Amino acid sequence: MTAAALALTASGLSLVFGVMRVVNVAHGEFYMLGAVIAWFVTTLVPGPAWAAFLVALVVAPVAVAALAALADRLVLQRLNYDPEATIVATIGLLYMIQQAALTFYGPDARPVAAPFEWRLQLPWFGYSGYKLFVVAAAALVLLALWLFMTRTKVGLVMRATQVDREVAQAFGIDVDLVYMAVFGIGAALAAVAAVLIVPIQQAHYLMGHDPLLLSFIVVIIGGLGSLRGTVVAALVIGLSDGVISMFFSPTLAKILATLLVALVLVFRPQGLFGGREK
Amino acid sequence: MSGRKIWAAHLALLAVLFALQYILPPYHATNLARVMVLALFATGYNLAFGYTGLLSLGHALFFAAGMFAAALPAWHYGLGAGPALLLAVLGGAGMALVTGLLALRTAGVSFMIVTLMFAKAFHLILIYFNQWTGGDQGFALPAASRELAGQALSQDGPRFLVAWTLFSVGLLVCLALVRSRFGRVMVAMRENEDRSRLLGYNPYRVKLLVLVISGAYAGLAGGAWAILFGYAGAGFAEIQYSILPMLYVLLGGAGVVAGPILGAAAMFWLVELAAELTSAWLFLVGAALVVLVLFAPKGVLGWVRARFWRDLP
Repeated sequence: MTAAALALTASGLSLVFGVMRVVNVAHGEFYMLGAVIAWFVTTLVPGPAWAAFLVALVVAPVAVAALAALADRLVLQRLNYDPEATIVATIGLLYMIQQAALTFYGPDARPVAAPFEWRLQLPWFGYSGYKLFVVAAAALVLLALWLFMTRTKVGLVMRATQVDREVAQAFGIDVDLVYMAVFGIGAALAAVAAVLIVPIQQAHYLMGHDPLLLSFIVVIIGGLGSLRGTVVAALVIGLSDGVISMFFSPTLAKILATLLVALVLVFRPQGLFGGREK
Repeated sequence: MSGRKIWAAHLALLAVLFALQYILPPYHATNLARVMVLALFATGYNLAFGYTGLLSLGHALFFAAGMFAAALPAWHYGLGAGPALLLAVLGGAGMALVTGLLALRTAGVSFMIVTLMFAKAFHLILIYFNQWTGGDQGFALPAASRELAGQALSQDGPRFLVAWTLFSVGLLVCLALVRSRFGRVMVAMRENEDRSRLLGYNPYRVKLLVLVISGAYAGLAGGAWAILFGYAGAGFAEIQYSILPMLYVLLGGAGVVAGPILGAAAMFWLVELAAELTSAWLFLVGAALVVLVLFAPKGVLGWVRARFWRDLP
């Protein structure tokens, strides 16, 4: 369940880094925004919980994608995607979004009602049907993303831009537009993950930190910019997270994970799942 | 412009800072002491980022290492302020050495992420061992450890004097360093690493040395913060304290000796001013970062250098 949401968030980060070579430090805040918007939408939309949830599932990613595309157009594009300047700029975005959420949403964690209540009753224990739905939905979105990238013209254009920006431009591809779309889609993936997860965890203005850290870990372990590696790594880490925290305290688990990732970056920058050398 | 004039200008700056304690109301004089300690931190950051081109996102690690190297012995064993400050320098430099040995194998974006990760891990370690470090709540330093030469550093006068002295030493060492031969090698690393390697310099060793010096600055600033203001806590290892020196340097002017104090002062009082209007000071920090990166990557003194004073170091 955690693994599924993590895979979604991390693939957004991975997509952005893969195509644009931009490390988006504000990615966790897009995730948080998704959850916060979901809360606003579900409180404002009348009717049954499932209807409001569906509206949120559409509105939140679209709104977040629009904001991300705007940020790309106004800020990142003007920096010519200089890697170090964009990191500084996305740190600035992180603070601005976080503070805006605190001002308009407040410091409280607030729950969102699950769209349906249904438990899978197995003989030995019950399992929340909603969690299974999250896994299925995340898998569906990832499959759609994969099909989109490999089977459609737009996906082809994006991959072409990833391989060689100048040549793509020479072939008449509007690289700026592609980048805007990629940044928007990457942010939308984080928002979808957040909307799916928010009935289980509550929406809070600081909730972007952990997914950001975990996404970094996943993307780095899986090999920077490799979408398949990212998903595999998300599954491994998301599943092992539960196992590890049985033996260690969560803080210790985080310390070990953080150091491990730093060391992977130092000694195996291509990732553990052997991406190709740059 | 001659070397003598440059030294005179920086000494004049220090004299003005010294005189400000008699001119400013006490509240703002204390703030200036804070700003000078932060500027000391940022001066170290400037050496790494502004001159050598090492964009680190983990300087809070060195700041906090110095802070706890000074504050923990003071808290647990009642160590005096003098030795504690010495330990702070060693703590910051030592931590930078260990970090640099590993992190400098990477460059650019990877370097930023690795330093960020190390700082994050250290923050978590401080929280994990909270019965020793005070964790998130931190702890107040005992009064006995906040005395230097019989003067209580909790009082405004001596505190300002110590902050000013430390900053002055930091500024002058920085000035001497960047005007030396080694300073030119540092800039060469920033401008063209391949070419300086071709000329026979070892980039790894130069960068490591700069990072250790930078860490020593950060550690001293961290230790001074704990001793002068009487409080240490794991919060100082958070990402924010890596971002702040970067912001000060960017605002004042990266690669300018006097940039950090200008940036620190401007940002500190901007936030102070904004705090009267709104509590959203982090928004201001974020907006300042974006605006600076977009419109003024050289900072204030970088602009002055480009327009009026070509050889401002």
